[in-house]
Amino acid sequence: MEQTGTDTVKRGLAQMLKGGVIMDVVTPEHAVIAQEAGAVSVMALERIPADIRAAGGVARMSSLELIQSIIDAVTIPVMAKVRIGHFAEAQVLQSIGVDYIDESEVLTPADDKYHIEKRAFTTPFVCGARDLGEALRRIAEGAAMIRSKGEAGSGNIVEAVRHMRAIGDAIRELTIAPKEELVARARDLGAPLELVTAVARDGKLPVVLFCAGGVSTPADAALMMQLGAEGIFVGSGIFKSNDPKRFAKAIVDATTHYDDPKVVADASRSLGISEAMPGLDVRKLADSEMLSSRGN
Amino acid sequence: MSDGASAIGVLALQGDVVEHLAALRRAGAQARAVKTREQLEGLDGLVIPGGESTTVMKLLRRFGMDEPIVERVREGMPLWGTCMGMIVASRGVEGLQQPTLGVLDVIVRRNAFGRQNESAEVDLNVPVLGGQRFPAIFIRAPWIERVGPGVELLASRDGHGVMVREGNVLGTSFHPELSGDERVHAYFLAMVDAARTTQRTIGKRSSAA
Repeated sequence: MEQTGTDTVKRGLAQMLKGGVIMDVVTPEHAVIAQEAGAVSVMALERIPADIRAAGGVARMSSLELIQSIIDAVTIPVMAKVRIGHFAEAQVLQSIGVDYIDESEVLTPADDKYHIEKRAFTTPFVCGARDLGEALRRIAEGAAMIRSKGEAGSGNIVEAVRHMRAIGDAIRELTIAPKEELVARARDLGAPLELVTAVARDGKLPVVLFCAGGVSTPADAALMMQLGAEGIFVGSGIFKSNDPKRFAKAIVDATTHYDDPKVVADASRSLGISEAMPGLDVRKLADSEMLSSRGN
Repeated sequence: MSDGASAIGVLALQGDVVEHLAALRRAGAQARAVKTREQLEGLDGLVIPGGESTTVMKLLRRFGMDEPIVERVREGMPLWGTCMGMIVASRGVEGLQQPTLGVLDVIVRRNAFGRQNESAEVDLNVPVLGGQRFPAIFIRAPWIERVGPGVELLASRDGHGVMVREGNVLGTSFHPELSGDERVHAYFLAMVDAARTTQRTIGKRSSAA
């Protein structure tokens, strides 16, 4: 017997990435810098979120030529993004052998009501979530990995903290909820009862949970790991800083030793006077400018 | 050296650490995560889990853990590497200039069975585990390309080596920590027990002399 595309192997790859940093890259050269710094995976895309935000317009799946050149440049797994609900883009990425598909709010949604039915694919999916209900709806659709959404391209950690705390708090609440409450809780969360029951029993999601959207310093990474993230996505934080090599390595070190402030201090110190990416005050963003509110 | 359950470390720089800790505990060991040189002290055996080999090798060097591990393994401490862990333990990687610890005399080929779309669950024949096939989980898995003279081939898939042992070092291309079947963990714990008995005998002899 030999079976591909099972839940176990889809969720399994995310388990292998735990404790690591996944970096957004827009060229093969970036991908090599990321791998050299110790990234566990790269996200291949044409523009990092900060630039997508600045450019406006419609953001779509990246060019296949670019994705292929990044696949060819590194030995670590390569992820790529599709628009929410755009299953044809996902079919294309699966056919070229991308290792993980991110159905991402950073791109312009293709479907304003429905996400992709992800069980139909051999390639695993990662999806964003702001709270437990959203995470469980994505898992019900077949997501094999969840990342808290944060606010991509903002350089501001506040939304990532809000979403990670919301997920963690809701999980903790479920673990102490009496059994007779679970049906009503599932209704309120908008999530299937069987997943809600599993979370109440295990005290964790049935898939790996990473953090994304706003990490731009080693201390940001350490903060999110201590709040319960099992790993970190860094989008604009590395290649929008003025010293990507150093930032990449420092964020990897701080993620590994998130619970040892001395190592996080050393990582921060290694940046010298290099500057993190400029940040945005998310309170001043119009609702239409918030990426995290896309998809629910 | 204390009697009772063996103390097994799981290298916790990156990868599926908690899955190994849980499986080792189910198999009867005392297991703990190991992230620093100091935490290597007092271990009876070490597991290097699944993860990314380029990442973990860099972190081993950055945090000065590569040499102490090699030293302990050369002294006889059993080591088991799963997937990434086997790559890290190996003598080298076919076609790549990737540094490794070099404590297992094999050359591996990375992502040999393919990328993620080819990751698979396979019922594997592993004679040392008894007649019942092992539910092996391969994720972007390496295979063993060439083995040195002292290496025992314990299992193959489609004609490629996927489980090997050289003395006190065990390597698997697959992830027994995800299978819910602890037979490979039990096999490794038996290696650890045998090594502890040998160490004790040597200790008694040298104190008698």
